[in-house]
Amino acid sequence: MDGSTGGAALTAADLRGSAARIRKEALIRRGLFGAAALSIVINLLIIATLFDGTLDFLANVDLSALWSDGWFPRRDLFDIRTIVAGTLLVSAIAMAVAAPLGLGAAMYLSEYASPRARRRLKPILEVLAGIPSVVMGFFALTWISPNVMQRFWDATAFNMGAAGIGVGILITPLVASIAEDAMFAVPRSLREASYGLGAKRRHTTLRIVFPAAVSGIVAAMILGLSRAIGETLVVAIAAGGTGGSLFNLDPTGPGQTMTAAMTALATGSDQVKGASEAFPSLFFVGSLLFLMTLALNVVSERFVRRVRRRY
Amino acid sequence: MSRRGVLATDLTPTELVRRRLGGRRVDVAGRLFEGLLLTALLIALAILLTLLVDIFRDAFPVLRERGTDFITSNVSSLPERAGVRQGIQGSLTIVAFVAVLAFPLGIGAAIYLEEYARDTWLSRAINANIRNLAGVPSIVYGLLGIAVFVQFGGLSAVTGGRSVISAGLTMSILVLPIVVITSAEAIRAVPDSIREAGYGVGATRWEVVRSHVLPYAAPGILTGTVLTMARAFGEAAPLVLIGAATGFLSTGSGGFLEQLQGPYTALPIQVFDFATRNLREFQSSTAAAIVVLLSILLLVNAVAIVLRNRYERRW
Repeated sequence: MDGSTGGAALTAADLRGSAARIRKEALIRRGLFGAAALSIVINLLIIATLFDGTLDFLANVDLSALWSDGWFPRRDLFDIRTIVAGTLLVSAIAMAVAAPLGLGAAMYLSEYASPRARRRLKPILEVLAGIPSVVMGFFALTWISPNVMQRFWDATAFNMGAAGIGVGILITPLVASIAEDAMFAVPRSLREASYGLGAKRRHTTLRIVFPAAVSGIVAAMILGLSRAIGETLVVAIAAGGTGGSLFNLDPTGPGQTMTAAMTALATGSDQVKGASEAFPSLFFVGSLLFLMTLALNVVSERFVRRVRRRY
Repeated sequence: MSRRGVLATDLTPTELVRRRLGGRRVDVAGRLFEGLLLTALLIALAILLTLLVDIFRDAFPVLRERGTDFITSNVSSLPERAGVRQGIQGSLTIVAFVAVLAFPLGIGAAIYLEEYARDTWLSRAINANIRNLAGVPSIVYGLLGIAVFVQFGGLSAVTGGRSVISAGLTMSILVLPIVVITSAEAIRAVPDSIREAGYGVGATRWEVVRSHVLPYAAPGILTGTVLTMARAFGEAAPLVLIGAATGFLSTGSGGFLEQLQGPYTALPIQVFDFATRNLREFQSSTAAAIVVLLSILLLVNAVAIVLRNRYERRW
């Protein structure tokens, strides 16, 4: 600032600031950019890891083993249909639980609850969201299985139905929170227009708010489904596919999902050292899982963006 | 909805309108619908209570007979001797890794994206990457951990292969996108007028961030990081792949680094391990380990809520 004395004209050099300050600024900027760019590196590493492991697996495995009698890595049988069908079955049951519960809770919190009731009811979902999936797995095996699946159906102790219900409970808070955000984003003016015409609250909720928020609600469902497909430990504990599994679409019986197959491969019940392809198959299943959830996440993102653009 | 009842009578139009508007009819269908929606929340509450009661009832025998002995005992194949000391220790170490690595990197990335980045293809790509990473199933991070930290030549010499270092690094990568997203939200909530006050007195961008933005965003960032710690403490899927030990574990001799490079276990892994053993013998121990796990998580969450309530600011 020494140039400004004596009424001399101010030059650009005077306003530039000290060199040390600029250097420090650039350094910090670069460091922060590095931290942000790390996410790209991580993403590329994940893709490279999965790709490399999958190629390794496919190059060595007998391709007919991918379409065989069941998922028995120890016997070199890697039937994709078995684990994909198991995953889809468990996810379908989970969505049958989470969709009505999550949507109902979201509608109540967004359209009916007073601010006070909201403050008291919201923590139910928040606490539920904080339950680790190992805990839900134990609950699915020791409570849901005997008290729901075995009471109403002729189910075995380990069954896919209990695992599906457990996963459904686990993703309910997620579905509820995204659906609630979507309905909350619907402008007040739409509701007031509806009330002005004499519509009841129920009709306003179902015929005005719901259609206006529908893309966000669809996004909530898709994201819930994506989470259900990737959910691991509930299935690993309660579905009972430890030693491998035959193709099974019966929720009262044990079965194998993609994620449970991966834990089984890693925890040793299936782990065989040596020439077997059991270990590399981990990466193959992982790639499948990655692609499925990626596709669902991208689609749900589209839907979310549509809501955001409109209001 | 006694529409027919009103219409059927031969009232004058004035009287009819007065009855239709002034009546105190109860909207039965509307009330039923409201009840139905509330039921969804009540079912969630009932499930939560059932879960807690069921687990406490299962855990009660172990907690009563062994008390703190269960918390201070080591891994064992005998249910009456098995404890969770090493699990707690392993989980705390993993959380420490997350605090040291994921928090600064994640908050730094959030600062860059919110305060520095212009809307270029690069910053959009970074944002898309972070959203994508947040949606990757946690078990896939386990695969990344195996490939990069456990098996990769140069790195495995440092991490010691299937060790708590590998687990901590993997968990840091897993929670990084969550830290970025919650921190970015907190930073975005600081109004521009605060920044302009800083720029107005000639502060550089970083000076504005450090002295103006971060102090106001701190409560939000703190709440987010505390909840992330809870997530890292309870997450088990990637650790199963990184090979948390479930059998014998050394009870802690050797140097600090040596211990970090050795076999390890974590609290949620112990729950998983107990639950997948002979359940009849281990059911009570599993439940007791869950009680310990949930107590710690509850404590962490309570801290987050207190922080939020004390420092939250609405603009």
